[in-house]
Amino acid sequence: MRKALLPSLIILATSLLVIRIFYLQVVDETLKLKSENNAIKKKFEYPERGYIYDRKGKLLVANQASYDIMVIPRELKKTDTLEFCQLLNITKEDFIKKIEKAKIYSPRLPSVFMSQLNKSEFAAFQEKIRKFEGFYFQKRSLRDYEATFGANIFGFITQVNEKLVAKNPYYNSGDLIGKQGVEESYEDLLRGIKGVKYVQKDKYNREIGSYKNGKFDTIAVQGEDINLTIDAELQKYGEELMINKRGGIVAIEPQTGEILALVTAPSYDPSILVGRQRSKNYTELYHDSIAKPLYDRGLLAEYPPGSPFKILTGLIGLQEGVIDENTSFFCNHGFSYGRGRFMKCHAHPPAQQLHNGIYNSCNTYFAQTYMLAINKYNNPAKAVDIWSNHVKSFGLGQYMGYDLPTGKRGKVPDSKTYKKIYPNGGWRSTTIISNAIGQGEVLMTPIQLANMMATIANEGYYYTPHIIKKIEAHTIDKKFTTRHVTSIDKKYFKPIISGLFDVYNLGTARALKVEGIDICGKTGTAENFAKIGGMRVQLKDHSIFVAFAPKDNPKIALAVMVENGGFGATIAGPIASLMIEKYLRQKITRLDLEKRILATSLQSEYAKLGGLSEKVKAQLRISDSIKTQKTIIPTAKVKSDSTTRIKKVI
Amino acid sequence: MKNQSISNNIDWISIIIYTSLVILGWLNIYSSSLSSMEDTYQKQLIFIILTIPLIFIILAVDGKFYEKYASIIFVVSLLSLAGLFLFGKTIAGQRCWYAIGSFTLQPSEFAKAATALALAKYLSDTQINLKDVSKQLQALAIIILPVLLIIPQPDPGSALIYSVFIIVLYREGLPSWYVWTGFITILLFVLTLVLEPLYVILIGLAVIIIVHLKSRLADRNIVLSSILFAIISGFVLSVNYVFENVFKQHHRDRFNILLGKTVDMKGIGYNTNQSEIAIGSGGWIGKGFLEGTQTKGGFVPEQHTDYIFTTVGEEWGFAGSVVVIALFAGLLLRIIYLAERQKTKFSRVYGYCVAGILFMHFFVNIAMVIGIFPTIGVPLPFFSYGGSGLWGFTILLFIFIKMDANKVNEW
Repeated sequence: MRKALLPSLIILATSLLVIRIFYLQVVDETLKLKSENNAIKKKFEYPERGYIYDRKGKLLVANQASYDIMVIPRELKKTDTLEFCQLLNITKEDFIKKIEKAKIYSPRLPSVFMSQLNKSEFAAFQEKIRKFEGFYFQKRSLRDYEATFGANIFGFITQVNEKLVAKNPYYNSGDLIGKQGVEESYEDLLRGIKGVKYVQKDKYNREIGSYKNGKFDTIAVQGEDINLTIDAELQKYGEELMINKRGGIVAIEPQTGEILALVTAPSYDPSILVGRQRSKNYTELYHDSIAKPLYDRGLLAEYPPGSPFKILTGLIGLQEGVIDENTSFFCNHGFSYGRGRFMKCHAHPPAQQLHNGIYNSCNTYFAQTYMLAINKYNNPAKAVDIWSNHVKSFGLGQYMGYDLPTGKRGKVPDSKTYKKIYPNGGWRSTTIISNAIGQGEVLMTPIQLANMMATIANEGYYYTPHIIKKIEAHTIDKKFTTRHVTSIDKKYFKPIISGLFDVYNLGTARALKVEGIDICGKTGTAENFAKIGGMRVQLKDHSIFVAFAPKDNPKIALAVMVENGGFGATIAGPIASLMIEKYLRQKITRLDLEKRILATSLQSEYAKLGGLSEKVKAQLRISDSIKTQKTIIPTAKVKSDSTTRIKKVI
Repeated sequence: MKNQSISNNIDWISIIIYTSLVILGWLNIYSSSLSSMEDTYQKQLIFIILTIPLIFIILAVDGKFYEKYASIIFVVSLLSLAGLFLFGKTIAGQRCWYAIGSFTLQPSEFAKAATALALAKYLSDTQINLKDVSKQLQALAIIILPVLLIIPQPDPGSALIYSVFIIVLYREGLPSWYVWTGFITILLFVLTLVLEPLYVILIGLAVIIIVHLKSRLADRNIVLSSILFAIISGFVLSVNYVFENVFKQHHRDRFNILLGKTVDMKGIGYNTNQSEIAIGSGGWIGKGFLEGTQTKGGFVPEQHTDYIFTTVGEEWGFAGSVVVIALFAGLLLRIIYLAERQKTKFSRVYGYCVAGILFMHFFVNIAMVIGIFPTIGVPLPFFSYGGSGLWGFTILLFIFIKMDANKVNEW
């Protein structure tokens, strides 16, 4: 009995130890995870982002080195603080404060002393850095913009948000990511693939070498360079023309669907969203809810297209066989329909045929055509759906599938739309007649308008508009080289195009002819209202112009939209013709017209809506200026009420 | 001729296990030393090499020598402990070392073997009967003398080891109530810390009443039961008082962490937490030799000394841990087996002491590392870094192996 005590204790104790170790090593999984967090750190090596060039190979976006000065408080030695502060242009108080802050974070670990110094700020310090023990620098790569324009096209680089970090395993907290523009849509190509290094840490979080001799490490893959379809000269010129205006210009090469220019106004200098001022500037831009410099009007702004839509009404009329090019309607300053309702038309010579109906932009002609097309079928619902499908075959009323991250569908009504508006039925062609002239329920974005013109220029087909021209080691998406054919036969485009050509010869854009270039175009005007101080106020009409040129073998199709610009021919028209001349001739002959447009400012009109203060504008280098303070918060709303209010449409 | 007889009678099983443990220990010290700049593994290698002549000397010395000079060895050992108060070197608040050049020597590591020899010598006297209270006290005095010299260093870990001699005395005839009292004392102590003192007293009362009622009428003694109850109550309350008022905060913390009453992973709970993480991350078969991330990161404090078992756990996993534990258990049981077959009482008692001392070190150390015993500085025999410890345990073990090999010659 006495002999058994010690052996029993030994066996008991041994069992106890084994059970506990079994629990720790096999049962309790949490300890394994804790150990990973404890001891292995992933370190990333970020490749340089790909460069961005324009269609002719002009460099638009490159990278610049920026430097973070780091400090390890414990390694600090007595140094010449005065010299140090002079080199970095900071005060001694700043210096002490920053060191204290770093000490609080950790005396052993590096913290950022000063971040994102540019080359010139850093140069003087770099020579002397060895004198200051405890300090070292870290190089980072930032965007360097060779262009002062195109901010909406490029987008910007920002820190990835936590939501995406949770969703996409590639990104880690603190990583940079492209936002908006091509930086976002071609993020995967531009960023490259970051390299990962597994580093073994010690208890002080210091690195003590690579983990498993780098067995799991990967090498960073460089970002790819891309060429955009943008013509830098044209883009720049478009942005200049839009100074002190709001709106958008979209220019497309019809044969390819390549976007030549994508202008939104107001815009900003892309370089303000780089470096130390980035987040402050971004906040300012973001909070300007009136001028919305971050809002790409070329892609996002939905307007009733107005008169340019008459082109489609005419084409559908021809396709449906309700008119031919010789069909004429009588117009006497307007058109009576339904019970005592009247659509006004402006003064123009009578005896309208399709040809002069277009260049005179006759409301009556297209309202009649539309009514015939709808009344062709006994059932208005079926008729509207047939009409709607014709319109949609031009890429309207849907996301177009272009390679920029933002967009709007626009709106093309069909029978479902009207079922919703009139749940009890009773609607017919006269109820929805304003669709004929691009008012009513139809909404389009400028890029959709431009694409519509490209389709007409191509006589019935289009390529999905896109902004990518060439990728260093990849081919561009097949969908950009696939032809989309409309539901309108090719032969019906001829008379329409000749009408659009005469808009310049005989019609609303007579004054905008460019000698030697055959331009086909169409003016448009869209009414709009805003709530100012609680009152609904009608503002000056939006000025719209669509065009393509030359008439034979078109090289450029474009849409110009100037908010509150008035008649289509006053501002949007000249801008369109200057853009065409610039693109086809590379120089401008009508210098006085150019001068007038450059000098035109609509700021007094926009002032009614409120906006940012002068000081902030100057800081942000936003290319328009508004004099009033932000006092009222209006909601700019484009009218889209077809049945009750139809007025002049030119 | 003499050497021949020794190698014939020597217990090779013990030696193989001993050698395996020393080699495994060194490999783990090598791995854990990679995190620090120190060359501990080189030093330990020197210590290991130096054990070889040490072992030969121990085996070469005449078997009777240890019994003959046990008392003198004990006195010298006590003097060496006492000398620390005059000449000792203080490291981390503990005055446990003599500095000899760049090396340090810890006399308490040798005192255990000396005390074992003295105790064996004392009990081997045929006149000694442990039923006799005066003999009990004399035997206890041999144990307590070195403890009194070790506690003020302070080195509570080494002092704790001496409690194992009670089990040795029990084997040699100490009345069983000593062991029972010891067991109940520990139980009450732990219960008092885990539960409220009042509950422990109530439980004690209930147990006493049940025992009282269950016993035969003639054996019932209301006075004895009452006294027992008073003693238990007094003990519980004094434990509570001592814990709250006499213990230092860090002692309280060590117990509280163990009992799960305090959670503080960065501060006082750091050691235990880190060692549990390191061991837990090993899994079934571990991360492989030199691949332990926690070991390389130096997250576990004192990893090459008291926490060396964390390296085993992390790099060799459950499999490796079980192998090491099995080696220890095998060695301990082997020593007990050998002790029981000794022909002389002296060598039997000494063998028991060796098994007991090694067992206490083995159990307390690993139990602490895996978080079932409060943090206390006790090295793992043959594994932990340190020359004094390695030599102390080697001397302890090999004196017994020599005695065991000698037994044939005596007849």
